[in-house]
Amino acid sequence: MRRRRSRGGQPKVEPKLKASLFVTCLIDQLYPSVGEAMVKVLRRLGVEVSFLADQTCCGQPAFNAGFWHEAAPVARHFLELFQGDQPVVVPSGSCAAMVKSFYPQLFKDDPEALAMTESLRERTYEFSEFLVKVLNVTDVGASFAGRVTYHDACHLLRELGVSEEPRQLIRGVHGVELVEMSGAEACCGFGGLFSVKYPHISTAILDEKLSAIDGAAADVVVANDMGCLMHMAGAMGRRGMRARPMHLAELLAQEGGGVTW
Amino acid sequence: MTAKRSRFGEASAQAVADARLQRTLGHVMHHFNDARTTAIQEMTEETWEQLRERARAIKAHTLEHLDYYLELVDRAVRRNGGHVHFARDAQEANAIVLAIARRHEVKRVIKGKSMVSEEMGLNHVLEAAGIEAVETDLGEYIIQLAREKPFHIIAPAMHKTRHQVSELFQKWLKSAPTEDIRELCKTARETLREKFAAADMGITGANFVVAETGTVVLVTNEGNGRMTTAMPRVHVALAGMEKMVPALEDVAVFLRLLPRSATGQTITSYVTLVGGPRAPGEMDGPEEFHLVIVDNGRLEMLKDPEFREALYCIRCGACSNVCPVYQKVGGHAYGGVYSGPIGAVVTPMLDGLRQAGELPFASSLCGACRDVCPVKIDIPRMLLRLRERSVEGDSSTERSASRMDRLLFRRWSAVMRTRKALERYSRVARMLQRPWARKGTIRRLPLPWVSRWVRQRDLPAVAKRSFRERWEEELSRQESPGP
Repeated sequence: MRRRRSRGGQPKVEPKLKASLFVTCLIDQLYPSVGEAMVKVLRRLGVEVSFLADQTCCGQPAFNAGFWHEAAPVARHFLELFQGDQPVVVPSGSCAAMVKSFYPQLFKDDPEALAMTESLRERTYEFSEFLVKVLNVTDVGASFAGRVTYHDACHLLRELGVSEEPRQLIRGVHGVELVEMSGAEACCGFGGLFSVKYPHISTAILDEKLSAIDGAAADVVVANDMGCLMHMAGAMGRRGMRARPMHLAELLAQEGGGVTW
Repeated sequence: MTAKRSRFGEASAQAVADARLQRTLGHVMHHFNDARTTAIQEMTEETWEQLRERARAIKAHTLEHLDYYLELVDRAVRRNGGHVHFARDAQEANAIVLAIARRHEVKRVIKGKSMVSEEMGLNHVLEAAGIEAVETDLGEYIIQLAREKPFHIIAPAMHKTRHQVSELFQKWLKSAPTEDIRELCKTARETLREKFAAADMGITGANFVVAETGTVVLVTNEGNGRMTTAMPRVHVALAGMEKMVPALEDVAVFLRLLPRSATGQTITSYVTLVGGPRAPGEMDGPEEFHLVIVDNGRLEMLKDPEFREALYCIRCGACSNVCPVYQKVGGHAYGGVYSGPIGAVVTPMLDGLRQAGELPFASSLCGACRDVCPVKIDIPRMLLRLRERSVEGDSSTERSASRMDRLLFRRWSAVMRTRKALERYSRVARMLQRPWARKGTIRRLPLPWVSRWVRQRDLPAVAKRSFRERWEEELSRQESPGP
């Protein structure tokens, strides 16, 4: 929050940047602390955060499974809820991609929904995109001592073209050593329904990703997508791996301390 | 929940469990991808992207005006003294080839690599008619001996170890046991030399067909394209209708993209341009030349704006090489002529969703294929569209999603439409999960789909307090500290 001195000598407070949060169904129901971390970081950066309580889901699970008829009402609900002009911040590459890349396909034959989508797309940001491109910040004042490796979630990387921003933010954390794993851009094998329709293929792909994390001798693997993290975490626990999964928001909310496990 | 596996489910499970295959796949895929990366770095990223754009534009334009270019190629080939045939489907194409063979009393055929001939099942048709047909592409020759389908779009025998190849040669060619690759190649070369010399007819595919000049373009590394088209007295070239390009200079664009994308070569060892029979004064060439242009479902794809771009494919195989699914299951699991990401689109389109409707679901939709496709085909978009068609059905397919899936997603949709329903289900889930939730983790849960997850992975339990509850109770009231 900047204070400007007006002619009268009184400090003039500039209005804060506002952002509306779409926390995603996975984070809301399964990983609420990730949502809390995101709120903490955004507030620390002076953003006035709001949360529309009527939010549910972007509709991607049904869309990806081919159930577009069932996905549409859920997506419509999202569109109607987030009308307006505030930036919408999403801690998930795949949900942000659903709005920006896939809503136009889902609503191809629905001009009204298409129009709503157009206005929403331009102001929908994945979390790291928002920090770096809108707030122009790469150092959020976080500190964490440890070796961190970054997994490029597929939709974030290939639909939204975001790969530098998360790395810049990770490097901006005091005490962190960013180490690249081999095949950082390779899929983790989640793919939504794919992970349970073809579990043997999904876990074979996951095995490669986990080996790469081990190969980088990382303490933490960071990603911007809870789908990927849930998938990796699910097997990392059973394998007794040294590394721990963390959402980018959780890392950026760290304030000193480091690897304690 | 039934544990019965589908055809692809079964085939892919076997592939994943096959340790030797996994080693081979890992090794070969790694090599292909490295070679491709190195070859592309011969030019700037900007130039590579410009080439891709240009190639895609050429394909788009040609397909947009395909009727015009088919007419052009017909005139050009006939002007060169050759013959052009149009085959509506595989059956018609086989009949055309057989008729040509019979007319020339053909007993022995040599073949260049042709995926469309695999669609036709041509080798079986020839053999049934008492005609010997021998593949001259080394990989195709190996799988012909093994009586297998191609394992990869450009490397049909990549799954075979040198040991397996040696055994095949020992069995069928009575060669001495050896695992020396040079020796194995020598054996193949000597055997095929005899076949080249004795053949009555050469049948090839076509990497590209130049409409303006009636030229068939073949890229090979063994030179078998040249031998197959020069030595026998009749040459038949089989080409899917999407292989047309307008002019010779268009071929140059594709030749800069195809070898680099396929094998990481700057150019293949041989690039063969042929068309028409031997002209007066020429020393080599067949007495007769036939171009058979095949539809076999391509026209339907052309007419469908959602799927037309699948016809841009130049058969490089790069999509397979980067696909995390293909890397684990290999080509045979796909069950069709075309495997990998493009195969997952094209096979349901050519064979129907009823037969191959599973393939579009066997993908994590990561998009790596689209990144490497030399003509920028948006494969993930088409996979999603095929999933939708599979669920909704269309004019030629009935809906194929299972009743349970349909019920589940209908329910999911009803719940996710309103916050009240979501919150209600959330409360119920928190209660019901208690017997299985330990310290926020679930290791066992006998529910549809979920049970498949927990076999190999833990699942997080539904949080005791959701984010929306935390927001309501505390977060909304907290002050922003400010910078």
